[in-house]
Amino acid sequence: MIEFKDVGLVYPNGTEGLKNINVTINDGEFVVIVGLSGAGKSTFIRSINRLVTPTTGSLQVDEEDIIGYHSGELRKLRTKVGMIFQNYNLVKRSNVLKNVIAGRLGHTGTFRSVLNLYKKEDVGLAYESLKRVNIEEKVHNRADELSGGQQQRVSIARVLTQQPKYILADEPVASLDPPTSHQVMTYLKKINKEDNITTIVNLHFIDMAMEYADRIIGMRAGEVVFDGPVSEVSEQTFEEIYGRSIRQDDLRGGAEES
Amino acid sequence: MTNEKNPVTQGKTPSIYPAKTKKQVTIIFFAVLAVYLFSMYWTQREMVGGIDGALGNMFNVISKFFPPNFAVLPAIWDPMVETIQMAIISTTGAAIVTVPLAVLAAENITTYRPLYFASRTFLNILRTIPDLVLAVIFVGLFGIGLFPGILALFIFSIGILAKLISETIEAVDMNPLEAMRASGGNVFQVIWYALVPQVLPQFTSLTLYVFEINIRASVVLGLVGAGGIGLILDQQLGFYNYPNAMAIVILIFAVVLIIEYISNKLREALI
Repeated sequence: MIEFKDVGLVYPNGTEGLKNINVTINDGEFVVIVGLSGAGKSTFIRSINRLVTPTTGSLQVDEEDIIGYHSGELRKLRTKVGMIFQNYNLVKRSNVLKNVIAGRLGHTGTFRSVLNLYKKEDVGLAYESLKRVNIEEKVHNRADELSGGQQQRVSIARVLTQQPKYILADEPVASLDPPTSHQVMTYLKKINKEDNITTIVNLHFIDMAMEYADRIIGMRAGEVVFDGPVSEVSEQTFEEIYGRSIRQDDLRGGAEES
Repeated sequence: MTNEKNPVTQGKTPSIYPAKTKKQVTIIFFAVLAVYLFSMYWTQREMVGGIDGALGNMFNVISKFFPPNFAVLPAIWDPMVETIQMAIISTTGAAIVTVPLAVLAAENITTYRPLYFASRTFLNILRTIPDLVLAVIFVGLFGIGLFPGILALFIFSIGILAKLISETIEAVDMNPLEAMRASGGNVFQVIWYALVPQVLPQFTSLTLYVFEINIRASVVLGLVGAGGIGLILDQQLGFYNYPNAMAIVILIFAVVLIIEYISNKLREALI
């Protein structure tokens, strides 16, 4: 369970990233955060694994306040919170398996990981993860030889290898075309259901949010302006969240193609 | 009237550079020109004999150097190998020591400012010392031989290599590092998994480049007593044994050319 209690975040340059956030995310939920760019979606998600640090309030993950965490505790937190990025963030010159096994870093000692002395079951797990996103035939290809959609699947496999309790996905489909976007979202949803991993996804495409989310949180200017199950959401809700009428580029489309 | 079709050209068009920039550039241009003219005037006044004397001398000197005495080649082969060994040992040592220094001097990895500034300043100071000065100091400390030469080249190479590599590190894609951090990796794991693969080709290439520099530098260092072929060259010049010296110069030329060729091919293959 993730609990934001009066969480606020002010960046060193004075920008308010988050204002007075009160949100509880229950285990197993598939939550989509929507909002325009700059609304605080990224800051919200990155607070949970402490890539950014809230300046006020308390943020609890599994009943423990993580805001005061330091190196050792932080690494432990991050081993159970996996993350997927917009730009995949793979090491382009390393091969696919090496990228995926990096998901075990938090579980592996420095010495073992530097010398590539991974446990057999860890390597097996990495390969299984690649199989689950159907990209096992690329296991020894270099990451930069893959297409965008393939790279994002590898980064999903990396997160799976980590065996996290939570998955955070920061605009995972913003750099992909519509059919590939749906493919990636389908994998995320499938993993959420099969492994019961709580998943929080940032999106700015309304139709995708409606299609995949159990629950939608709307953000504007660092504040939560909507929070409710997807059944309560209408086009008007989005207009309120975005503060303007809905346009064609707010939709990804292409659902029937995938 | 073409102007009717093209309303943009009517009236005043803005110039590509603002007036202020033009003025600055003009001032800088004339300042640089003045420095050139002044130094030309000054060196002319100080020069004794001028160019005409040099031409006559050149003929004299060249005739003394030819024909080169290639009979000495077997005898100078050992010092030549010593010179290459000096360059190899010092470059290898420097390449190892450079790694932590370069990481500490990279702004994006060493986020703790005082440590970054300290290592950067240390490297800057190291680079201000010319290799010849280092060699003179170490020859004074340890006596004539290979060891002071190796030490001088080692310190000289760290200065260059650490600077170049820290700049390579600063240019890497930080996203994979963030991903490794987000999956719970510690500092060493993040560096090893996300940084090392990104800088390894440049690291190897720069090390080879510094090796080339070191081969040439080690010849010069020999002149001040730091061992190798340079020492022999200095001795032969001292005995006015010009044909021998010429053979040495030709050998150095050939060796440097071959090593640069190999190293260039290797670097091309890497990047």
